[in-house]
Amino acid sequence: MNGETLELARWQFALTAGTHFLFVALTLGLATLVACVQTWATLTRNPVHARMTRFWGQLYVINYAVGIVTGLVMELQIGLNWSGLTHFAGNVFGSALAMETLVAFFIESTFLGLWIFGWNRLNRWAHLTLIWIVTLTAYASAYWIMVSNGFLQNPVGYRLDGKSLVLTDVGAVLANPNSILAFFHILGGALVTASFFMAGVSAYHLRRGHADSEGFRRSLRIGVGVSLPALMFTVTLGGMQFDIPGQSEQAFKSAAFGGSAEEVARVQADLVARFGPGDYLPPAALVDGAATLMMAAWAVMMLISGLSVLLMSFRRVVSRLRVWHWLLMLAIPLPFVSMISGWVYREVGRQPWAVNELLLVRDAVSDLSPGTMRLSITAFGVVFAALVVLNYWLLARQARRGPEGVALGAPTAPDERPAPAAVTF
Amino acid sequence: MEMIAIGLLGFFVLGYLLLAGSDIGVGMTLPVLGRADAERRVVIAAIAPFFLGNEVWLVAVVGLLAGMFPDLEGDLLSGLGPAVVVLLLGWIARDMGLWSRGRVDRRSWRVFWDGAIVAGSWTLALTWGWILAGVLAGDVAGPTPVRAVFAVVIAAVFAVHGLAFAALRLRGPARERARTLSGPSGEGATFGLTSAALAVLGVLAGLRLPLADTVADAGTLAFLVPAVLIILPFLVGAQAWVWWIFRHRVEGPSYL
Repeated sequence: MNGETLELARWQFALTAGTHFLFVALTLGLATLVACVQTWATLTRNPVHARMTRFWGQLYVINYAVGIVTGLVMELQIGLNWSGLTHFAGNVFGSALAMETLVAFFIESTFLGLWIFGWNRLNRWAHLTLIWIVTLTAYASAYWIMVSNGFLQNPVGYRLDGKSLVLTDVGAVLANPNSILAFFHILGGALVTASFFMAGVSAYHLRRGHADSEGFRRSLRIGVGVSLPALMFTVTLGGMQFDIPGQSEQAFKSAAFGGSAEEVARVQADLVARFGPGDYLPPAALVDGAATLMMAAWAVMMLISGLSVLLMSFRRVVSRLRVWHWLLMLAIPLPFVSMISGWVYREVGRQPWAVNELLLVRDAVSDLSPGTMRLSITAFGVVFAALVVLNYWLLARQARRGPEGVALGAPTAPDERPAPAAVTF
Repeated sequence: MEMIAIGLLGFFVLGYLLLAGSDIGVGMTLPVLGRADAERRVVIAAIAPFFLGNEVWLVAVVGLLAGMFPDLEGDLLSGLGPAVVVLLLGWIARDMGLWSRGRVDRRSWRVFWDGAIVAGSWTLALTWGWILAGVLAGDVAGPTPVRAVFAVVIAAVFAVHGLAFAALRLRGPARERARTLSGPSGEGATFGLTSAALAVLGVLAGLRLPLADTVADAGTLAFLVPAVLIILPFLVGAQAWVWWIFRHRVEGPSYL
């Protein structure tokens, strides 16, 4: 295999998957919060909550729309750049991806379209049902993706048949503890991301004395109130992943993370004894650094969240304490830092294996020329950078503008209809 | 099992070509259908509620390939190489154009994203033409002049398909333009013809692929095929609900 192709393919996957994950983190959590707010709005018919649903829903849709195109690239990239993986593990790994596209992605997109464009056209209970289906299918999507990722981390339920794997136990693959724990860990992280986002954006408007202060006071309380349990849940599920019994994959991951030099050497010697000469350790500094950063960011968030839960019980403080508003605004990026570090820890910690102890990354890459790979990494690199800038610019712009002029769910005014075309050839 | 797997794959391929073919075609002909800025927004409202649900048929195709035909997925996608990259870039440009054009109220902004919609739609149609022509010729990697001609012809089918769809969905001058361009036989008949043409192309391309030889192991199919068959009525039902809700002709601009 061409070394340059391999390096470029790895970089491409790391950049695109990492970027996609940042979108997912916010989408997954914000869908949940929007669904909860809309439920309350539907039950009480309170216009404040209806406005909140449209405002946070609009931010959710902006993020989803950009996130989905990064997901399309991920979907096709595996077949394009990693055909060695689909040849070797496709029988097992591919079915989880297939289920993700049909049971989750397909339904999520279909119903999200209906939720967006069917606003004011559907019965309000039907419309509420839609956002819950969208949220639950987003969870299902995360679950199936973690089933395939968990199989790469900790392969179960398979038999090696010649040069490829065969699925022997569906139940084992679906209930892989590595997948299940990581799935809930990510759900928790996504809720943390969305709750800090909601609290921070609300704090911005309260600091500026926004006219709809009631809506933002409520939103701030939802954000802060969700963040604390979400942080606890996430760290618990994170900790549980360290001691899954019978999971060899964690040996070198934990050796690299804060492990002593002799522990690292022992893991390496063990792998050489089993798989022949080679370097079987992931880049230790990166794995260690990512795990440390993830936990450090968690600790800072925990402090902010704990303090904020105390402060939010005082109405005057919620409206007036500007230092705190600043703190919440500045904290918006923290969950993203923690999420991406956790992902680097998990994925870099798996190196050099594509499928742990079964297939090396260098044997998984497609037989593409470095030229083709350079074309695709350049194209996707530029496009993804542009998408990230576009997304966060649009999000910040809409967040600053507040609930006025939110297009989502706006009743179409008759004067918006176009005049008969006056322009001719 | 193998035949059902092939049938399921075919179903989603045809679903994608017929449904997404319409919104791609409308995107290609956007400058002709909508002369002024506000008019283009109404033309986009003809496809707005559908395009998200349409493109996901292709996502399902890729998923089914990965699950039921893993060897073919790897060979096909990596064999197509740059064409897949171009397809994705066109897809991204088109989608970002649709989502972004209404986000900022400035004329230059909307002109820019309308350009992205048109360029992205043409890129999608031409790349599909290129890919289908390659599969039909049995050589996905090789560039030939004949293949380029086929690509343009297939792209033209997408465009006419979109025009017929626009004529079925729109009112007023935009509808008249779409009708004039989509041919004399009436938009319904034209839409039927282009649908049939796209379906035939999809079936012929499928017959050229080594589907039966690359099908996944029996253990995988025993899990996947029943699972997909169970979920299938729900998927089609969900889509049918969307079509039913938006069955009337477009009244005015939508969210986008």
